[in-house]
Order: sequence, then C-alpha cells, then structure tokens
Amino acid sequence: MIPAAFEYFAPKNLDEALRLVERHGDEAKLLAGGHSLLPLMKLRLSAPRYVIDIGRIRALHGVREEDGRLVIGALTTHHDVESSELVRQRCLLLAEAAAEIGDVQVRNRGTVGGSLAHADPAADYPAAMLALEAEIVATSSGGSRAIPAGEFFVDLLTTQLRPDEILTEVRVPVAGRRSGGAYRKLHQPASGFALVGVAARVRLGEGEKIESVAIGMTGVAAHAYRAATAEQALAGKKPGAKLLGEAAGRVTEGVDTLGDMHGSAGYRRAVATVYARRALEAAIARAGGKTA
Amino acid sequence: MATATKKYVGKPLKRKEDPRLVQGIAHYVDDLTLPGMLHMGVVRSPYAHARIRGIDTTKARSAPGVAAVLTAEDLAGAIGPVPCAAQIPDMKAAPRPVLATGEVRFAGEGVAVVVANSPYTLRDAMELVDVDYDPLPVVVDPEKAVRKDAPRVHEELSDNAAYRWELEGGDVKKAFKQAERVVKLRMTNQRLVPMAMEGRGVLAQYDRGDQRLTLWSSSQIPHILRTQIAAMLNFPEYGVYVVVPEVGGGFGSKLNVYPEEALACYLAMKLGKPVKWTEGRRENFLATIHGRDEICDMEFAVKRDGTLLGMRAKIFADLGAYYQLLTPLIPTLTGLMICGCYKLPNVRVEITGVLTNKMSTDAYRGAGRPEATYFIERGMDAVAAELKIDPAELRRKNFPKPEDFPYATATGLIYDTANYQGAMELALKQAEYKKLRREQAAARKKGRLLGIGVASYVEICALGPSSAMPAGGWESATVRIEPTGRVRVLTGSSPHGQGEETSFAQIAADMLGVTMDDVIIVHGDTSAVPYGIGTFGSRTLAVGGTAMYRCLENLRDKLLKIAGHLLEEDPAKLVLRDKRIVSKRDPKKSLPFGEAVAAAYTAKSLPPGLEPGLEATNFFEPSNFTFPFGTHVAVVEVDRETGDVKLLKYVAADDCGNVINPLLVEGQLQGGIVQSIGQVFFEEAVYDEQGQLISGELTDYALPHAADIPRIETYHTVTPTPVNPMGVKGVGEAGTIGATPTLVNAVVDALAHLGVRHMDMPLKRERVWQTIQEATGGSAGKARKAR
Repeated sequence: MIPAAFEYFAPKNLDEALRLVERHGDEAKLLAGGHSLLPLMKLRLSAPRYVIDIGRIRALHGVREEDGRLVIGALTTHHDVESSELVRQRCLLLAEAAAEIGDVQVRNRGTVGGSLAHADPAADYPAAMLALEAEIVATSSGGSRAIPAGEFFVDLLTTQLRPDEILTEVRVPVAGRRSGGAYRKLHQPASGFALVGVAARVRLGEGEKIESVAIGMTGVAAHAYRAATAEQALAGKKPGAKLLGEAAGRVTEGVDTLGDMHGSAGYRRAVATVYARRALEAAIARAGGKTA
Repeated sequence: MATATKKYVGKPLKRKEDPRLVQGIAHYVDDLTLPGMLHMGVVRSPYAHARIRGIDTTKARSAPGVAAVLTAEDLAGAIGPVPCAAQIPDMKAAPRPVLATGEVRFAGEGVAVVVANSPYTLRDAMELVDVDYDPLPVVVDPEKAVRKDAPRVHEELSDNAAYRWELEGGDVKKAFKQAERVVKLRMTNQRLVPMAMEGRGVLAQYDRGDQRLTLWSSSQIPHILRTQIAAMLNFPEYGVYVVVPEVGGGFGSKLNVYPEEALACYLAMKLGKPVKWTEGRRENFLATIHGRDEICDMEFAVKRDGTLLGMRAKIFADLGAYYQLLTPLIPTLTGLMICGCYKLPNVRVEITGVLTNKMSTDAYRGAGRPEATYFIERGMDAVAAELKIDPAELRRKNFPKPEDFPYATATGLIYDTANYQGAMELALKQAEYKKLRREQAAARKKGRLLGIGVASYVEICALGPSSAMPAGGWESATVRIEPTGRVRVLTGSSPHGQGEETSFAQIAADMLGVTMDDVIIVHGDTSAVPYGIGTFGSRTLAVGGTAMYRCLENLRDKLLKIAGHLLEEDPAKLVLRDKRIVSKRDPKKSLPFGEAVAAAYTAKSLPPGLEPGLEATNFFEPSNFTFPFGTHVAVVEVDRETGDVKLLKYVAADDCGNVINPLLVEGQLQGGIVQSIGQVFFEEAVYDEQGQLISGELTDYALPHAADIPRIETYHTVTPTPVNPMGVKGVGEAGTIGATPTLVNAVVDALAHLGVRHMDMPLKRERVWQTIQEATGGSAGKARKAR
C-alpha cells in the first residue's frame, strides 16, 4: 500500500487549478475526497505523475437553491448531501442515494464530483443523476459547459470530461408537485457498491396517471444508464401491481449485463427487476403524498 | 473454586488491556522503530505453478536506497525450511522453502526478498526484480488433484495425496446392515481467510557484540517460534530472544512460523541493521495461512425412530501446496470430533489430505472442530428431515445422559462431563422454540420463508495432554510476589485478544487476597517468562491459568506458613483477605499481607526449613482435554425474490464450565458467532482454475458488518470439568463451532417445504435465490404463494 512517487499541487482557487490542469492534462489526476484515487495509487494500479489536490477550493463546496434547481458544488461530501435539509426536502432521492454510499468514513470524505468523474459502474450517484435529469458542469480555462447526465457517462470509468476540464458542480432540477423519487440498492457485500442500484422518479398527473417517469440504473452494466423501455411502458398509464411488474421486467432490456463472482448477469437482471419495482413503488407512493 | 475470597472471580469486569488499546498508546510490531532500521519486502509469484527460469536482480540491486536483494540461490541453504510439527503415518514430505527454489507452487509464494532504506524505495525496487517464469499445469480442486492424470504439485512425489488417515470404532458394516434407513449428505466447508485486523509483522535486530538476535513478531507462540528460528538459522537458541508485543488478532493464523520471520532475522544478521517487514493486506490474503477447505460425504445408518446406529464420513481436506506448522494435523481433529455430542457407537472416518496449488491451510478459529460440528449437525438435520422428526427431538433422543460421563466416543476420545440436553432445553426455552414453529407454520401459509435452525455442539478445548499434541500440551507460569507486595505473574501463554491480563489478575488477586491493581500479568517475552507452548485451542485459562493457579497455591501456603510463624497460629486456620492474613478463629490475630511478604525477603524470622523469597514456577500437564458444549438457535427470513437472508433472532446456550469473567466469555461468544455469520453468508477464498485467488482483496472478500448482526442472546449452563482445579473448560472457539451449522440449518429450514435439503456455504444471495428458483421451477419471483 505504498504509492509510486508523484508531484503534488494544492491550488487555492479554481483559476490556479485550471492552469495546472491545462499544463499537466493527461499526466495529472485530480484529488478530491481521495476515496477512489488513493487506493488505486496505493495498489499501484494508478501512478499519475502529478496529483492536483482541489480540496482547498472553497467555492466548490456546498449546496444552494437557484432558479428552481439545486446547485451542488463538486467538493460537497456525501455526508453533506445526505444530511442537507435542502436536499432532503427538495430531492429525497438524492439524499437517499448519498446515504447508501460506502460507510460513514467514506461519506465524510468522498465527494459528489469525485464520484461522478470517476464513473465507477456500480457507484450510486450516476443512477440518481440520470433519474433526476441533472446537468454536470465541466469547467476549463476556456469556460464552462453543462453536460446532461444522460450524455455524461460513456463507458467503464469513462465520461465526457476532457483532461483540461474540472467537474465543478451539478445542477439538479427541483421536482414540482405530485412528484416523488426513491433510490433502492442491493449492496455488494464486500465493497458496499451497488450490485444493483435503481433510482426512480415519477410525476403523477391527471387521473393518477404517470405523467413522467425516469429510471436510472447502476451496477448492472459498464456504465449507468436510463431504462428507456421500462419508462415508455409506464408513461401515461395508471400504476398498478401488474403494470409495475411488467415495466420493471424491462429495466435490463437490450443491456449488456455485468456478471462477476458477486452476481451473475442472470442474477443481476433478476434483482434489477425486483429493485426497480420496489423503487417505483416507493416513488409513486411519495408522489401521491405517502411516505415510503 | 478454592480461592480465598471471591471479590473478582465470576464478575463481569472490564478488561485491564483496553485503556491503552482504545487510547492508541499500545504498541504493535509496526509501531516499533529502531535506529538505522531497514525495510524488507517479498517479491511474490503471480503464478500458481511455474518453473523459475531465472531471476534478474541487477536493476533492483542498483536502485536508490537498496541494501540487499536475495533469491533462494543467494541464500544457498542458509535458512532451513518452514517447520511442520505434525506427523501422520506415511505422510509425504512437502516442506516449504523460505524462498521458492526452482519452482513456485502457489500464487503469492516468495521468490525474492528486497531490503531498502524506506518503504517507498523498497516498493520501487521490488518492481525492478525481473523473474522469468515458465508456467506449469495447475491443480486447485482436491478431488481432481488425487486423480492419476492430475498435474503434480511436487514433481518428486508420486501423487498429490499427502496422506490417508483412517479411523474406525465399533462395527460400522454391521450398523449399516441393521439400518432401517440410510441418509447421505455431501457438504463443503469452504476455504476462508482468517483476516486478523493486524496482519503479520516482524522486526529483527542483531547485536554483533552479544551475538544476540531479537525478533519482535505478531505471534501466538513466542517460544515455539524462538526454538524454530534457532533451528532454521542453525543459531544457538540461548541467543534468540522473541518478543511478542500487542497482537491485533490471530484466529490461528499466527500460530505458525513463516518465511518472513526467518528471512528478517537472517538479513538483520547479514546486514548488521534492524530489518522490519509489515505485511500488506494483499499479502495477508495470499501468504498467511487459510482455514477450513474440507469436503465431506457423510452417511448415517439409522432406525426409523431416529436412533443413530452408525456413520461413515469420507473427507477430502485441501492442504494447499506446502505444510505450515500444523497443516496436516487439522483435518484429523475433524475426524476425532466427527461424532459430535451423540451416541454413535459405530463410526468410520477416512480423510485424504491433498496437495494443491494454493496457500497452505492450517489452524483457523476452531481448527477442525467447526468442520466436524458442521458436518454432523447438518447431517443430523438431514436425518431429521428424512425421518420427519423434529430436529430438536432427534438430538434429544441421541444425546448421552449426564450420568454417562466420562463418555468414550467411537473415535477414542473421553468426553469429560456434560449435560447436552440441559443446554439444549435452555436454548429452546429462551428462543421460545414451540412458539417459533407455530409462527413458521403461519408464515408459510402467507408465502413467507421463515426458518428455524438448531444445532448442538461439543468441542475439544484446553489443548491438551502432551501425549496427544505434536509439541507438548502443557503450559507454564511463574508467580513472583515482589518485596513491595506486588504480584508479577509470568505466563507462557501469549494472548492475542483473549484478555488474560484481566482474567489471570482476577484469579491471582482473589487467591492472594490483594487487589487486581496489585497484579501484573507478563507475557510474550521469551527472556522474561518461562518456556511456554502458546495460545490456541482454547487453552489459555484451562492450561496456562492452571499453571498459574498451582503457583498461587504454593505461594499462598508459604505466606500462611510465614504468617503462622509470626502470629503463632496454625497456618491451616489462616486466610488471605483484603491484603491481610487473618485467623479464622480469632480475627484480631492478623498481619498485613506486606509484612508477611517482607518477612519472606528479609528472612530474619522464617519458620525453620523454609526458603526465603516468594517465587513459584509450575508446568501444568493436563490429564485430558476439556469438552465444552451447547446449543444454538437461529431464526431467519429469506427474501424469495432476491435470496437475501435476514437474521431475526440468535440464541446461544453454552457451557464452558466455571466462568472467571462473564464479560470476556460474552465477548468470545459474540465474536465467534459473528465470525460464523461471516463464513455462512459472506466469506470464501475463491481460487480460479489458474490458481489465482480472485477474492483476494477486501473489496471482493466480504466480511460481516455491524449492520448484519442481530442482537445475540447468550445463556449459560455450568458443568465444571474435573480435568483442572478451577473447573474451567475454554470458550475461545465455541461461537464459530456452534453457530455455523445453526445458521445453515435455519436457512435450509426456511426452504425445506419447497423440497430443499441442503445448500453449501457461503449462502450468498445468488445461491439462495438460485436454489429457490430451482425448487419452485423459476416461479418464485412471480408467484407469492408457497408451493
């Protein structure tokens, strides 16, 4: 557990950090909470020449509400998200997902931006961001761009971020009335990552019909994804046990499912269905004003 | 128990050890630093089986900060092989060299050792050692390994069957002829990683002037280690000093002698500087002994009414590639304990110890007994299911009665004393067994999968009479009452979490009528304490504690003689109480404890013929093992959609004889049961076909978390043993022995009405889910009704 040698920078503000990123690009790694990067370095699976510790950049911390959106700084810890009154009131799904990450120590150090940028195929936030239709803001010295969550995750540990960009914040639309969301997760018992994680968001409309629905899936494939066919099966319909069961049965349709010693592809598909149904049931109940 | 007073013994006192541990001011090996200290690292084979064509160390040698790089060739036989103390008739030789010589036989075997001036330069240099491997065929499955066409782990051996061990008692053939039913079951007890929180660690220092070699090691057996290091290095034992500081858990994994211990000593001597090696977690997975890994085919001959007539067990034990200290011995303990706590007059056990391209197995908490108990207790449930008898009733019917003790088993053991039914009835009552069965029936009607597991166990503790132990089974103690009246206890037992600084102090304080603060327990330093055997096999209190007890009796009698002389009172009429020596018939006739002690040292007024000083040494040789027992009950609910198992209730009724400190007993039981929860639901050392340990990181090897553990209720019956004067039996392993079959029985019971008869551990969710799918024809996820 001894890393290879590296050069360490601790920029105090974003501009300084961006200049370093621009200069060292491919040979540099950004250090936020360090809960993915440091273990990889200690196992010498990753040996970056430069480590740029962005932890001191105050501006990237914290949650605020702005124009009907929650704006979450990239360095906001999982614990801050989980325990934020604002997040709990406006977006319970996100607080639920944060609360399911790792353990207390991990949640006290790990950050939203770090987790999203790392894009572990079994991380919790990606599913939540997809279901919430969040935007992920990437900043370079040339300016900022907002990447829709649906486009952000490209492949295993691969995102739309360029080497000269820093993930600075996440913008999450605040749900209106008659909306509800939930995150349900089956833990991989050793790592605590999701064997299957399902984020579901539902808005009910006229006649208790599902007006809009989004389902984010993690742990199942090489990267987090939206379960589009399941969403289509639900849209505009009145939810009932039969409909939810059928729709949940489609969440892995057309997906190249992961399989490993913790769960075969077949098992993951089976529990993905179960957890999707459970997440949808909870989201619908919440949309209808019930606690779940 | 014959202590003068009972101020401490029997009380749930907090551990004397804990303040320094919880404050972080205790010292483990890795906390030690010596001037000029160098760091050692072992370059390990990525292959499970390969010929070493060559090792190029030139680059590593010239890397900055590197003091030495050595291979087996450089050692040229300077260090003997890893010792194995176990001898089984006709056993093939499979000694482990300290560095691979010509061939590697498991992934993780050391091929070179690097020494550098910091952990960082060390890691960099280790990457520069270039080993040219020629991969050889690999064998990982013990049943395949004994086939004629299997690749051989050791080319020079005729095959991979290290030994065959057979034991028969009674007339097994006849029993099976008379059987009204024969019940068969095949079971696997999977391979586990002991996973002590503190990995292994070694620091060696050589003083050229005194020719004194000091080895600090995280070990359970300081003296055996000293003797073996002296032998491996061909160095006089009087020049070797082993010190065991704080040990962060062992579970048997540190009841061993490892290559790194000898290598660090050799290098410290060669380089003239202290050498430290601290194991990484990955190394701990690969190169510290593993536990269990036995496959058992068991067959019962029974009468329709549930009477057991006989049993056959055929066991394959995976030993790994080499023998560590006790590798071949452990499976034979399974054989000896295979009858469990039942009248089983006719038994045949056949064990094949098999060599494979994996890390060695050896003693892991319970060492052979959890396997035996698991097999017999799963077997009992299979018999109960086959005969449609309640599993508790079947056990009740076959227990020997309290008056049958001492009870001779068909495997040749003499169980000391027990009341198996007493402990079982207590567990059943506390768990409300009858009510649970009613709840289960109601739950099943609603489609819920509720399971109740019962298992009874007997284990073998206080290891043990020397006649039955490879390296002696006694234990030693010296007790010295110092001139100021403080008591120094030197024990040959060397704890790694057992809390003997507390329990031994309780006994000593009560025996001498002083306070616990007046007593210090010294252990683990071979230059301070008399030669000892070590801590394993739930022996510390029963054997090591008894050695101390004998010393205390001796000193108590001497003090009473001195006091009798000074007080002009018959010593038989005196007692030690509250730091005074008091006459029972005339309380006014008394003497401060300290005055009697001082008199022993000033030696001016001693009874004629009595030697000065207050020191006693005892080597206690037990006449038999002890056999603690108990019954555990577990209640689980299975999620039929996911196979997830919720542990709803756990009740344990254990009997470890007299209890010195109920809090320590509770801790041992809770910890052991949690470790079983690990084996049953989470843990497995998985080697793939190429011999790669694929569950070799904590991100893949799951351990139980606090949130997985229900409230564990513990109860006790007390049946003191006649084997030692305190009537204590041992409790260090009981939890892992009783809980494993209890939990599996519960999960199988939850699915019994679906036709499920057995599942192998670990009961991971997918395995349980798959079993439900197969039993219900794939309808479990949809139909919510029971079949």
